[in-house]
Amino acid sequence: MTASTPDPALELAGLRKRFGATEIIRGVDLAVRSGERHAVIGPNGAGKSTLFHLISGRYRPSGGAIRLRGKDIAGMAPQLINRRGLSRSFQITNIFPRLSVWENVRCATLWAMGYKYSFWRNIERLADVRQRTEQILTEINLLDRWRTPAGVLTYGEQRALEIGLTIAGNADILLLDEPTAGMSRAETERVVSLIRRVSENRTLLMIEHDMGVVFDLADRISVLVYGEIIASGAPDSIKSNPAVQQAYLGTEAA
Amino acid sequence: MSAAGPGVSAAPLGRGSGFFASYGVWIAAIVVLAALPHLFSSGLALTTLCLMGTAIIFALSYNMLLGQTGLLSFGHAVFFGLGGFLTAHMMNVVESHNAPLPLMVFPLVGGAAGLVFGIIFGAVSTRRAGTAFAMITLGVGELVSSSALILRHFFGGEEGVTTDRTDLIHLFGVTFGPQIQVYYLIAAWCLASTAAMYALTQTPFGRICNAVRDNPERARFIGYNTQAVRFLAFSLSGLFAGVAGGLAAINFEIVNSAQMGAAESGTVILMTYIGGVGDFAGPIIGAILVTYLQTVMSGITDAWQLYFGLLFIGMVMFAPEGIAGLLVKQRLLLRSRRLHRVAPYYALALLPGLVALAGVSLVIEMTNQLTVHAADGPDMTFFHVAFKADAPLPWLIAAILLAGGVWLFLRAARLAGDAYDEAAAAARGATT
Amino acid sequence: MTEIIFISTLNGVLYGMLLFLMASGLTVIFSMMGVLNFAHASFYMLGAFFGFEISRRLGFWAGLAIAPLLVGGIGVAVERYGLRRVHRHGHAAELLFTFGLAFVIEELVGMVWGKLPVNYQTPRALDFPAFTAFSIDYPAYKIFELAIAAAIFVALLAAVKRTRIGLIVQAALSHPEMVGMLGHNVDRIFMLVFGVGTALAAVAGVIAGPALVTQSNMAAQLGPILFVVVVVGGLGSLGGAFVASLLIGLVQTFAIASNASLAGAFGHLAAASALRDFFGDIWTITVAQIGPILPYLLLVLILIFRPRGLMGTRET
Repeated sequence: MTASTPDPALELAGLRKRFGATEIIRGVDLAVRSGERHAVIGPNGAGKSTLFHLISGRYRPSGGAIRLRGKDIAGMAPQLINRRGLSRSFQITNIFPRLSVWENVRCATLWAMGYKYSFWRNIERLADVRQRTEQILTEINLLDRWRTPAGVLTYGEQRALEIGLTIAGNADILLLDEPTAGMSRAETERVVSLIRRVSENRTLLMIEHDMGVVFDLADRISVLVYGEIIASGAPDSIKSNPAVQQAYLGTEAA
Repeated sequence: MSAAGPGVSAAPLGRGSGFFASYGVWIAAIVVLAALPHLFSSGLALTTLCLMGTAIIFALSYNMLLGQTGLLSFGHAVFFGLGGFLTAHMMNVVESHNAPLPLMVFPLVGGAAGLVFGIIFGAVSTRRAGTAFAMITLGVGELVSSSALILRHFFGGEEGVTTDRTDLIHLFGVTFGPQIQVYYLIAAWCLASTAAMYALTQTPFGRICNAVRDNPERARFIGYNTQAVRFLAFSLSGLFAGVAGGLAAINFEIVNSAQMGAAESGTVILMTYIGGVGDFAGPIIGAILVTYLQTVMSGITDAWQLYFGLLFIGMVMFAPEGIAGLLVKQRLLLRSRRLHRVAPYYALALLPGLVALAGVSLVIEMTNQLTVHAADGPDMTFFHVAFKADAPLPWLIAAILLAGGVWLFLRAARLAGDAYDEAAAAARGATT
Repeated sequence: MTEIIFISTLNGVLYGMLLFLMASGLTVIFSMMGVLNFAHASFYMLGAFFGFEISRRLGFWAGLAIAPLLVGGIGVAVERYGLRRVHRHGHAAELLFTFGLAFVIEELVGMVWGKLPVNYQTPRALDFPAFTAFSIDYPAYKIFELAIAAAIFVALLAAVKRTRIGLIVQAALSHPEMVGMLGHNVDRIFMLVFGVGTALAAVAGVIAGPALVTQSNMAAQLGPILFVVVVVGGLGSLGGAFVASLLIGLVQTFAIASNASLAGAFGHLAAASALRDFFGDIWTITVAQIGPILPYLLLVLILIFRPRGLMGTRET
């Protein structure tokens, strides 16, 4: 690495994943630069969520490397990857249903704030935890629902909480899996401005289907089709790339 | 609590159980515990109170696993029993050396034993979760209680290990001979243990246990090693179970392998579940209720274990939230003053419920008379009514009571449920 | 020596086959419904006691025919009115329900028949020695047990591998959710599986009752061993259950027949007295005495090192 090119925050090299005889991820090379907002798009079944599962530690790769700031993290346990500063959200909401909204977010702040397995400190007296939790809840606009058990929130609120859990630990690399799925126009706009705010000075890797959101937010876009990246670059170059148009966009993008 | 958010007030936040959070409750508890033996001073009452004390600690320790961390263990009595054995042995050792250690500190020995074995067995058991974990605890439980007959020196064979609680150094003239002194010892340890276990729920670790219970996968993605969390919870729950075991050893002055066995593990599950696993107070309620029923009912009918089992099944099927859970559900109505609207429905359901209960009880007692007490003949009384158990009429009556009572109860319960839902929805609508 | 091995092998295989009769139902129920039926051994016990009562009035063979049907009926009712209701509260609730059920059944049996063993006799027709090996008479009844168990195993295998229902059950063993989505009436299949499983356990009870002790604690004795069989054999695998049943049957039978102990093995060494002091009670323990706990050791070891079991297709 020369001094002029900064190390990518996240780098995938020849990443492969097979389930039985079926290879879902077939040699993916991807470099996400530090501080950029990078979107991954592609038709259904392309393997986008699987890619996230591999990066975040839910699945072990069958081959290839995943480097987080230069360090290989392939096959590491999810919590170890999370502690290294990479946090992800889930496409299907994955929150703590019996805990209140407040408790959900608070739990997500604890490790990063250093409290780990502390069983000797009263959590209610931790002012820094309270502050951070309040801050996150204000960001995701759920502060007035702080008492509600997460399981009874509306869909949109749960998606917001999902993002809240992802950002609570102050990770500097965020992986968001279809954050605006199933949302109305208004909700989508709110979430987009939320994502823009929280990804300031952080690295964002995002899976999205909503092209409006993608072209609004992304600095660079990568297109995943049948487990391979067929194009990667600035939004304009992706829009006009014939292979992408053929495989995915079909007609002109909105 | 203002709408602006929890940061505004300094009061504790979060889930409904603010009940224990105020100092008032603990002060009241001290007063009540101090006064109880003067209100119920008979020998039987004191013994029962002592039993309740140890049961409360045991059940609370169990709920650290089940209610708080989602771990269903079938071998929890192992720590109770081992705590008792080590306490008894330590007392005997101290007594034979005339060392100046007063009785009050010995439950700590039980606690230490519970912690050490919790760590050892926890390292094995917590490698898996869910049903696999339940089965490992079953296997370990059987292993340990079976080894009691093999390691006869430590476990004292069939008779167990005896000890003398009065033979230690006496401070301020307290010998711990009289049961009331033992009661105060147990009450003090019960209060301390309950406070400690409650405090644990208010720590970062305690909250993460709840997160691991609700969604272990997500807990990993917020930075936590779920196995480490479960291991720590398991070890700490062993500690408190050991304290309970130590107190039991002091109370009975004898420990045997039955206290480590499947029956004891089963009893603590029953207590905790009937009381309610979702609330901190649940196991306390369950321990008190079940201990009371055990002492009282075993005097009334010898089929009391059967009644227990049926109560347990009934709760699993119809009220899995337990007694505490049912009470908490009423609190919403209480706060919004809608309880009086639903109360009549409860009363309506209570009546056929009692009828059904009478029917069940009649069947059980008649069967009991004809089988267990066959030698005494068929004459028996039920609530002061005398009849013959082998006559067809009482069976017919029992069948009608049972069938009719159950049918009516189910109908009334559904009405009560609907009434509750309506009132609860209205109550929630009024507060948002 | 050879006679011990021969007899122990026969007994071990027999015990293993009986275990399999029960474990087959249990593993199918567990694999399909995710419920570990704590009360499975209780149905075995009910089979033994019903068989006993019926055989007293109508003869052993009537008992063999009727008792499993009665118990299967009870099993169907338990599934339909109990388990299905509890299912929505989660796996822990289901486990606790069957746990409570086992408790209640044991109390009921203890109340009605007492806590002492009952005199469940082998039928006169089979009460003769089948053969004499090494001067030990091997009872014909045991051969009969073996034959019945083998016949049922073959029938089960045929039913599972060759009938449509069997195909569905096989599929549901490893992918229960999918089976529901394919349009099969999963509720009815569950009821059937539960009923057949418990009826099989009852058959084991009817035929084992006369040979082993018929007593109200027989479920509590056998229950944990059944779980060991299911876990060791592996989820989703009838074959695994078969192998594990035979393995545990043989291990326990041989252990009980063995008088080996540390003292016996190493007692002649010069360091014997030092070793004896170090090991204490363990020094003189014979393998026969630890025989009953060997299955639990196996359970713990398997769950630590190979949680899939010997032949399982998915983790618990």
